[in-house]
Amino acid sequence: MRRITFAQAINETFHQMMERDKSLFLIGQGVTSPWYVGTTTVGLYERFGDGRVIDTPVSENGITGAAVGAAIAGMRPVVMHPRMDFMYLAMDQIINHAGNWRYMFGDQVSVPLTVWGIINRGGEQAAQHSQAIHSMFAHAPGLKVVMPGTPYDAKGLLVSSIYDDDPVIFVDDRWLYSIEGDVPEEIYTVPIGKGVVRKEGDDITVAATSYMVHEASKAALSLKEQGIDAEVLDLRTIKPIDEGLLFDSVRKTGRLVIADGGWKTCGVAAEVSALVSENCFEYLKAPVVRVTLPDTPAPASSALEKKYYPGAGDIVRAVKNVVGRR
Amino acid sequence: MISEICGTLIKKEQIKGISETRIKSMYERMVLLRLVEEKVADLVSQKRVFCPCHLYEGQEAVAVGVCESLVKEDYVFSTHRSHGHYLAKGGDLKAMIAELFGRGTGCSKGRGGSMHLVATDIGFPGSSAIVAGTIPISVGAALSFSIRCKRNVSVAFFGDGAANEGVFYESLNFASLRKLPVIFICENNFYTTHMPVSAMHADTDLFRKAGVFNIYSIRIDGNNVLEVFKTAKEAIERARNGDGPALIECLTYRWRGHVGPNYDIDKGLREKAELEWWMKNCPVKRIERLLVEEGILSASEIGHTKERIMDEIEEAVSFAERSPFPER
Repeated sequence: MRRITFAQAINETFHQMMERDKSLFLIGQGVTSPWYVGTTTVGLYERFGDGRVIDTPVSENGITGAAVGAAIAGMRPVVMHPRMDFMYLAMDQIINHAGNWRYMFGDQVSVPLTVWGIINRGGEQAAQHSQAIHSMFAHAPGLKVVMPGTPYDAKGLLVSSIYDDDPVIFVDDRWLYSIEGDVPEEIYTVPIGKGVVRKEGDDITVAATSYMVHEASKAALSLKEQGIDAEVLDLRTIKPIDEGLLFDSVRKTGRLVIADGGWKTCGVAAEVSALVSENCFEYLKAPVVRVTLPDTPAPASSALEKKYYPGAGDIVRAVKNVVGRR
Repeated sequence: MISEICGTLIKKEQIKGISETRIKSMYERMVLLRLVEEKVADLVSQKRVFCPCHLYEGQEAVAVGVCESLVKEDYVFSTHRSHGHYLAKGGDLKAMIAELFGRGTGCSKGRGGSMHLVATDIGFPGSSAIVAGTIPISVGAALSFSIRCKRNVSVAFFGDGAANEGVFYESLNFASLRKLPVIFICENNFYTTHMPVSAMHADTDLFRKAGVFNIYSIRIDGNNVLEVFKTAKEAIERARNGDGPALIECLTYRWRGHVGPNYDIDKGLREKAELEWWMKNCPVKRIERLLVEEGILSASEIGHTKERIMDEIEEAVSFAERSPFPER
């Protein structure tokens, strides 16, 4: 199969979907910029014009609200936030409005909106340009949250998000953009709410999200050499979580480490841990461990960043602690 | 100054160019809005309705005057004070009253209550209780009309309080940049909940806030239904023709407190004389007086109209109370 990068997969999806579906439009700050969003929007403005590729003022809540309104009126907008830190400014429209709308009006009005938020971790960008706030959205009702980790899933989940009749938060990470993978040329979907086993194993389950899936896979290789056979799960969707896949894996291995690029408290990792303790308690041979960011803001200095961002080494250490081998 | 704008008689010249049928229809709708709110106030006082109701009594000319120029494919987005907008756009009375009673037959199936009314079949896709929340949403609906080259408009009703939210300014700017077919109707009823507008706005000429975004804006007597109708009609036509948004500041007055059936006089929030002045210059009475003077409606016709509407309201209440509660 053809191999392309994560960024190319997103770009191709927009080209194909905008061609196919006239109700789809892309709106956000930097959608026509050559650098804001990597190469994900290359050629869209030239091909589809100012009516459907709309670069906007710095007005996160207003622009997100406009996308909500267009969705209520029957369009399928994708509103893009090039740094998801700025999505805090649009929380009102995303949670109070988009998330509540269908329920609040007795299932009579849907909001087929995709909110695309990009994590920009690292790069000495400090506390307000590098945050991964996906768990904030997973907490609120009425929203689905997807986090593709591969080019294949980026395309398939973006298509599913656009087709979904309810608001979907599509979160990716700039660290994924240059990763290559097999991607079919035609349009296909990856179902929302379905995770996938990246590597099978019997000793321990490592459930990971987004970029941390790659760190978990590296960790699994290293652990294999040390005699520990880890099963790596890519959650792909963090709301709703694929409980069947998660529980089956934990029931088999009896151990769980969760690797997520967000903070620890009340994050996805905490939710996965709670689900497992509620549903698989009798299968657990050891306490569940979370590998996440510490509960502090991100630093600027690269020396501090090295300590701040968890990687494969942290996952290896966590797994060894849980398995009880050295 | 307010008394000069809102305290005068409606001049008979203002009828010119508006058909008698249309004037009668607007009058009847205003009576409907008035009598419904009086009934709802009673229902809340009697503890038959429990959800928070923000009553529209005193502001009827705004909703009716604006909605008269809309078709069902045009959208109206409303706020926590949504009863008047819903009914003026043509929302079903029974479904609204049932919603206030929390019944499964309510327009939002009992999930929304008074602040979240909906009527998808007549272009009323929802009302939000977050102040200014539906302003950008109205802009977005207008954006969808613009992208699809439709000649429809979107109307955002909101109060003076909403003009202090940041998203109001974001929305005005974006609507102006793209010349979107959206009409901003600012209902200045002089109170942001319990606080007077003068204590909340550094510049109380609220319509001026749109001028800096190069949006056509004007302040009018929001209690003169004919003036509201004409001003809104012109703005709506311009928007349909691709000439962009407009903001109309309608000076009006809410008779009841921010929420519930009381008048806020006992709480010392406003003077009794002030409320009485506005009641004397009631928007319904003002148009009614002109209709009688011009021989368009007789006193007995008015009496019959009110009786018929009261019957409809009683029927809606009875329907609501007979309706089952929702199961999910």
